[in-house]
Amino acid sequence: MLTLSAEDRPILIAGGFVLVILAIGTAYTLTVQGTASFLSPAYLLQQLQVGSFLGIVAAGMMLVILMGHIDLSVPWTLAAGAMLGTAIGGPWAIPVGLGVGLLVGLVNGLGVAYLRVPSMIFTLGINAVMRGFMVMLTGGFSPRSMATPTMTWLATGNVLGVPMPLIVWAVLSVGIVLLLQRTPLGRYIYAIGNRERAAYLSGINTRLVLVAAFVVCGMCSALAGVLLAGYSSKAYQGMGDAYLLPAIAAVVIGGTNILGGRGRYLGTVVGTILIVLLTSVLSVMQMPEAGRQVIYGAVIITMLLVYGRGQKVMA
Amino acid sequence: MFRTKDVGAPPPFLELVGVSKRYGGVRALEGVDFACRRGSIHAVLGENGAGKSTLIKIIAGVVQPDEGSIRLAGQQVTFPDPLAANAQGIVCIFQELSLMPDLSVADNIGISNPPRGRLGLIDKRAQRRRAEELLARVGCEDVNPLERVANLPLSRRQMVEIAKALGRDPKLLILDEATSALTSGDVAKVYEILKSLRRDGLCLLYISHRMHEIEALADTCSVFRNGRHIDTFAAGTRTSDEIVQLMIGREMAHVYPDKPQRNQPPAPVLEVRDLRWTDRLNGISLTVGKGEIVGLGGLDGQGQRELLLALFGVLRGTEGEILVDGRPRAPGSPAQAKRKQTGMALIPEDRKTEGLMLPMSVAENISLAALGGLVSGPFIDREKETAAIERMVAKLRIKVGDLADPVATLSGGNQQKVVIAKWLLTEPRIVLLNDPTRGIDVGTKQELYQLLRDLADAGASILFYTTDYDELIGCCDRVLILYDGRVVRTLEGADITETNIVASSLNLPGAGAAATA
Amino acid sequence: MNELRIRLGQNLGLLLAVLLFLTFYLVYNSLHPRGFSATVLVQNANESFVIVAVAMAQTVPVLTGGLDLSVGAIMTLVNCVASVVVNGSPLQMLGGIVLCLAVGTLAGLVNGLVVVVGRLQPIIATLATGAIYIGLALFIRPSPGGNVDDDLSWALTNDLGELFATYGLFEDGEAPWLAPIAWLPVPLLVMVAVVLLVWLPFRNSVTGRGVYAIGSAEGAAYMSGVRIARCKIAAYTLGGFFAGLGGLYLALQTSSGNADVPQAAQYTLNSIAAVVIGGTSLMGGTGGVVGSIFGALVIRAIAFNFRIFEIEPIMQPLFEGLVLLAAVSIGAARVFRVKNRLELLG
Repeated sequence: MLTLSAEDRPILIAGGFVLVILAIGTAYTLTVQGTASFLSPAYLLQQLQVGSFLGIVAAGMMLVILMGHIDLSVPWTLAAGAMLGTAIGGPWAIPVGLGVGLLVGLVNGLGVAYLRVPSMIFTLGINAVMRGFMVMLTGGFSPRSMATPTMTWLATGNVLGVPMPLIVWAVLSVGIVLLLQRTPLGRYIYAIGNRERAAYLSGINTRLVLVAAFVVCGMCSALAGVLLAGYSSKAYQGMGDAYLLPAIAAVVIGGTNILGGRGRYLGTVVGTILIVLLTSVLSVMQMPEAGRQVIYGAVIITMLLVYGRGQKVMA
Repeated sequence: MFRTKDVGAPPPFLELVGVSKRYGGVRALEGVDFACRRGSIHAVLGENGAGKSTLIKIIAGVVQPDEGSIRLAGQQVTFPDPLAANAQGIVCIFQELSLMPDLSVADNIGISNPPRGRLGLIDKRAQRRRAEELLARVGCEDVNPLERVANLPLSRRQMVEIAKALGRDPKLLILDEATSALTSGDVAKVYEILKSLRRDGLCLLYISHRMHEIEALADTCSVFRNGRHIDTFAAGTRTSDEIVQLMIGREMAHVYPDKPQRNQPPAPVLEVRDLRWTDRLNGISLTVGKGEIVGLGGLDGQGQRELLLALFGVLRGTEGEILVDGRPRAPGSPAQAKRKQTGMALIPEDRKTEGLMLPMSVAENISLAALGGLVSGPFIDREKETAAIERMVAKLRIKVGDLADPVATLSGGNQQKVVIAKWLLTEPRIVLLNDPTRGIDVGTKQELYQLLRDLADAGASILFYTTDYDELIGCCDRVLILYDGRVVRTLEGADITETNIVASSLNLPGAGAAATA
Repeated sequence: MNELRIRLGQNLGLLLAVLLFLTFYLVYNSLHPRGFSATVLVQNANESFVIVAVAMAQTVPVLTGGLDLSVGAIMTLVNCVASVVVNGSPLQMLGGIVLCLAVGTLAGLVNGLVVVVGRLQPIIATLATGAIYIGLALFIRPSPGGNVDDDLSWALTNDLGELFATYGLFEDGEAPWLAPIAWLPVPLLVMVAVVLLVWLPFRNSVTGRGVYAIGSAEGAAYMSGVRIARCKIAAYTLGGFFAGLGGLYLALQTSSGNADVPQAAQYTLNSIAAVVIGGTSLMGGTGGVVGSIFGALVIRAIAFNFRIFEIEPIMQPLFEGLVLLAAVSIGAARVFRVKNRLELLG
C-alpha cells in the first residue's frame, strides 16, 4: 500500500490543483480564442520568470515560518534593497541592496531572539521604520536612479532561453534545500519550530539560529527587490506591497505549518507556482479584481481544509 | 479479581464497568471495574503509567473510554466533556494546575458557575465575596481575590485550586497529587477539609505517591498496575510493603544492578560550592566523583530541579562555584554546558516538551544534540549520522519500526530512551537526570538502571534526581537529601534506607537516628 | 491601598497608553493655534473613530490568543455596503445601518466558524477570509463612490448641538440646558456608548470571561468547563461587529464607499500595533478593548503632531514604527529580569 507522509500530501494536492488550474485555463482559451496558449513552453517560462520574484521572497519567508515566526517587514525590505541598490549604482549596486536585507534581517532577528518581542509585532514595526526611512530618502517619490545593467540582465536576460530570474531562483532553491536538508542549521530550524524549549535544552544556540534565519529571509527579500528593480528598470514606492501576503500564502499552501516545525521546500515552490498561475489564468479570463480576491481567499481556505482532513493531531 | 462487598453498605456512588482506553498503540486502561462510595476517601495507588491519570480523566470527562460504561448513583452516564461531568457534581483537582494565570483569583474560583446579576452578567461583588469565603475555608485569608494567579507562589496556587474545586459543590471530588507543592501547614489544613467533606457524605478519590498520606486519610485503597485494576481493599488491612508489592507486581530485590564496592572515594569530577539562586537554592555544595551515581532526594520541590537547571546553565543570576575537573566552569547556556571541556548532559523533567521534538523523526531526535560533530564541511555527514544513530538504537535497544517515524509514535519508555540516546551521542562526562523514569514501564526502568550503572562504570559522573525513593536506594552510591534549597543530609552505603530518606526529607530534628519503619 | 496597587499592577499597559496619548495630545493642543477648542476635538474624534473601532475589533480575537487579519477587510466591506444602503427614508436608513452592522457581525461569525469548526490557524484563516471580504467589497463598489445621506452624515460626524440642529430637536440644539454638553463630539459619544453598552457587558459575561480564560490557558479553561468553541466564535463575531462599526462610520465620514485594498491592509496592521501599544498581550489573556482604544489614539495623536510640526505626513510610518518598537521594547525589559530562561521559551 502506498503511504504518504503528512508532508507529501499537501504538495501532491497543490500539484494536482496546479494542473486543474492549467486545465481550466486551457479550456477557457480553447473555447474563447481557439488556442491552448497556457500549455505553450514560452508562456510557462514567462510565468515562471514572473513567479521567481515571489518564489525568492517565499523561500526566505519559509525559513522564518518554519521556526514558528513570521516576517512582516518583507515589503519594505524588498523596496529598500531595490531603492538603495539603484541609488548606489555601479558595481556595488547589488551588494548594497543585499546588504540592506542582511541588516534588516539582523535587526529583526535580534529583536525576536534577544528581546523576545513577538515577530509579528517586531517585524511590523521594522517595516514601518524602513518605509519611513525610504520615504525620507526619496521624498515620497519614486527614485529617479535606474537599475544597473547587471540588475537588468539578471531580471530580464536569459541563458539558452532560460530566463535569468528563473536561474537565480533555481540556484537559491538549491541552496535553501541544502540548508534545510543537509546542514545542522536546517535541522535546528525545524527543531525550534517544533519546540524551542527542547531545542534550547538540547544545547542548541537557538538565538543564533533565529537570527540566521531572519537574516536569510531579509536577504531573500532584498534579492527579490534588486531583481524586481532590474525587471521594471527602476525602484518604486510600494513595490514590495504585493509580495507579503502571496508569499505567506505560497508557503502555507505548500504544506508548511504556519506554527512552524513542518514543511518541505518543494511545497513552497509548488505553492508559488500555484499562486502565479492562478493569478495569470484569472487575469486572462478577465476576471475582475473582486472575483480574483474571492477566489484567492476561497482557494487558500479550501486547500487548508483539505490538508487538515484525516491528519492526526499530535499529542 | 476479588472485590470486597459489605452487606448493607450504600450502593456505590460511582461505578466503572469494563472500562478500556487506548492511546494509539498504547494500552492505558484494560477492562477496569472500579467503584467508590459516598462518605469515604478512596485512595488510588499505582506506579506512574499504571493508568491512574487515565482513570481520572475518564471520570472527569476529559477523555472518553473506548469500551465499558460509567454509572453514577446507579444511572448510566456518558461525559462528552468536562462540562458534562461537572454538571453531575464531579470535580477534579488536577496535578497540572487548571488555573488561568492571567485571571484574578476570584475569576478563577468562579470560572465555571459565577454568581449572575441582572442581564445574566457576572456579579463581581458576589463573586468576590464567595471567593473570600472559599479562601477562608481553606485557610488562605491572606490571598487577595483580586490578585492575578500568576503572581501567587506555587503553594498558594494549589490552595486556590482546592478552593476553586470546593466552590463547585462537588459530590465526587478527585484530588490528583493535589498536595505536592503544599507546605506542611497547608497539608494539615487540607486533611481537615477532606475529613470534613467525608463527614458531609462526599465521595473522595485521592491519588498520591506518599504512603503516609494514604495511611492518614484513606478508608479504601485500590491498586492499579499496567492499566489494570489489581485489587481493592479496606485501608489498614495491608502493610506498606504488601501494597508496594501489589503496585510493582514483583520482588524488588532483583531490579537494580549491583553497586560497586569502593575502598576510597573516587576522584571528584563535578564540584559545586555554595550554589545560590533566588529563594530556591540556598547554598548547595556537593561533589560527584568519577564513576559515581549520586542521588538527589527529598520532598518534591525542595530545589532539586533548580539545582540541575542551574548546573546546566539555564538559570540566570546563580551565585557560587561550579567546578569541572577542578576548573571553574559555570555554563551560561545548555550550549556551553554541552561543550567538550564541560561535557554535561541533562535528561529533562518533561520529555514531551523539553526532551523531544515529538513530530520529528526518531533519527532526527537522536542526532540533534551531537549534530555539530557529525558533519563533513558544512554538511551533515549522512553516513556518520546514520551509523551513530544505529549504534545508539542498538545500544539502548530502542524498539522502533522505522527510524523515520515521528518519535511521538513510540511508547513512553522508548521515547525516554531516545532522549538518553540523544545525549549519549555527545559522550557526556557528567549526566544530570531529572526524574527520568516517570511514566515509564517497569521493564524499561530496569534497562535504564542498568544503563546508568554501565555509564558510571565507564567513567561518567551521574547526578540523579528522582521522586521514587526505591530508585534512590537501589541505584545510588550516595544520596543527598535536599530541603528548602539546602543539602540537609548525605546518606551513604547501608545508610540509604527508606526510613532515613523519609525522615531526613521531612527535616525532622534528629532525623534517622533511631526511627523504624 | 493594597487593592489599588493590585488594580494598578494589572493595568500598567493601559496606563502607559493613556499617558502616551495624553502627552502627544497635550503637546498637539498647546501648539495648535486653536488648541483645546471644541472644533479641534470634533475633528480629531472624527479622524480617530475608524482606527479606534478597528483596534477594538482586533482586540477581542487577540485576547483569545488568536488574531484577525481581516479586520481591515471587514471594515472596508461594510464601508462599501453602507455607501449603498444608508440613504433614503429614515426607516430605510435605519434598516441600512442595521444591515451594515449585521454584515460586519456576520463576517466576524464566519471567521470564528472557520477558525473553530475548520480548525485553521487564525492568522492564515483570516488572511484568506480577508481576501474574500475585500473581493465582495470590490463587487459592491468597483470604483470609489456611492451615496450616504448627507443629513445623517453631518449629524453624526459633528458635535451634539449639530446633531440636534440637523433634526430640529431641542430647539435646534440651542436649548439652554444643552449648552454645557453641546460641544461634545458625536463620534466620541458613540464610542463611549459602545464601550459601555457592548464591551463592558461582554467582558462581564460568562462568555467574555471565557475569552480571557482561553487566552490565558486554553487547557485549564477547558478543564474548568469553559465553552471553548462558543467563546472563540463569540470573540471573532464581536470583532466583526466592531470592524463593521468602523466601516459604517468611515462611510458617514467620507459620504462614500471605497474598496481600497492597501488602505484595508494598513488598517489591519495599525490595529495590531494599537492593540500592542494598548497593553494587550499577543499571547492573549490580558488587556482589553479600552487599552486598544488608547493604543489607537496614540497612533492618531502622533499623526496630529505631524501636522503641527509640519512634518510631511509621509514620514508618519517612521515615527509610528519607532513608537511601536519603543512600546514593545519596554515590555522586553521583562526578558532581562527573568531568572529561569526556560520561562521565555514555549
